[in-house]
Amino acid sequence: MSTTETTASGIGPVEGAGASVYTVDNPAPLIEPPRKRTKKSPKSTRGNFEMAAWLFMRLSGVVLVVLVIGHLLIQLVLDGGVSKIGFAFVAGRWASPFWQVWDLLMLWLAMLHGANGLRTVINDYAERPNTRLWLKGLLYTATVFTILLGTLVIFTFDPNIR
Amino acid sequence: MATPVMEKSDKAPEPGFADSPYITVTFRVRRFNPEVSAEATWEDFQLEIDPKERVLDALHKIKWDLDGSLTFRRSCAHGICGSDAMRINGKNRLACKTLIKDISPEKPITVEPIKGLTVLKDLVVDMEPFFQAYRDVMPFLITKDTNEPTRERLQSAEDRERFDDTTKCILCAACTSSCPVFWNDGQYFGPAAIVNAHRFIFDSRDEAGEQRLEILNDRDGVWRCRTTFNCTDACPRGIEVTKAIAEVKRALITRRF
Repeated sequence: MSTTETTASGIGPVEGAGASVYTVDNPAPLIEPPRKRTKKSPKSTRGNFEMAAWLFMRLSGVVLVVLVIGHLLIQLVLDGGVSKIGFAFVAGRWASPFWQVWDLLMLWLAMLHGANGLRTVINDYAERPNTRLWLKGLLYTATVFTILLGTLVIFTFDPNIR
Repeated sequence: MATPVMEKSDKAPEPGFADSPYITVTFRVRRFNPEVSAEATWEDFQLEIDPKERVLDALHKIKWDLDGSLTFRRSCAHGICGSDAMRINGKNRLACKTLIKDISPEKPITVEPIKGLTVLKDLVVDMEPFFQAYRDVMPFLITKDTNEPTRERLQSAEDRERFDDTTKCILCAACTSSCPVFWNDGQYFGPAAIVNAHRFIFDSRDEAGEQRLEILNDRDGVWRCRTTFNCTDACPRGIEVTKAIAEVKRALITRRF
């Protein structure tokens, strides 16, 4: 029984009925994974940015629950509530590095958390690439501006300013 | 005279169950014919039909008796081939698994093509983007060993159980076309592709899990899932789709940390 005869038609014998159609010299055709996308589909963007962003949302969310609830309690509920807040109160709190770090952490995490959330909203809902570009540009500008301004104020705050 | 017979009720026979099993049902079908108009329109069909029949039977009645131009896909008509997924009363279902009595036939029943894919005619959509995403996750067994196997690849019952849920997929696109993220630009891989990747990622015999995870780590991969659970609700096979997507996310994270 020669194997060359059966391979010509590409139809082999029923499994188990005889020897395999394919031999070392005549291997089975290699099936390439059919990964083809149209010209319109964007280039693959491998990398871990999306995963990092997803993970950041979960982790920063947990930390923000503590930071924000603590902040609201101190500012609005405990010890006289909102009526006590004034220039002196803020100056007194920022005299301690602990509250400086607390506020700095809250500023950065909340801003990045919110900005990343809005980024996903824009990705999901803005349909045209140009709309996306402009909305995201606006979002990133506002985020960077707010973070930088807030950081500057926390570090350069002068309680004796008049 | 206590003969054990069912007592005849004096009440008027319940519609659809006593004298005549037929009730009148209105089917509001989304019609689109690109050779006639660029606009899709609603068309009402009134049918006398047994409420215990399926929506697919009603579509057959319309096509065979009322309007032969109505176009829809169906093949096996028994919930296995996955051809006749459509949006019935606003929810993605298989027309061949939906009984008319279950979807309040006293009101008009709306039948639309599934969303997010280009409508070709009436209820037929272009499934190519859906199957492209499916092909992209390489839905076939890959082993590093290039030699032809000399014996069966054995697997324990527990290892088989690990991905049992996702083997049930029939590729009907009910999940992917119910996903709001897929509706937007169609670049998201979609639940169905991720389910079929999950089926191989968690298969102990397969050795390309790493590659598939890398594909789904893409910008349009699993991280675009917003866990709205539309896919789990839509799946006619009862696959826990959102859970499968979450398991792929977890595998991506734990593999790196």
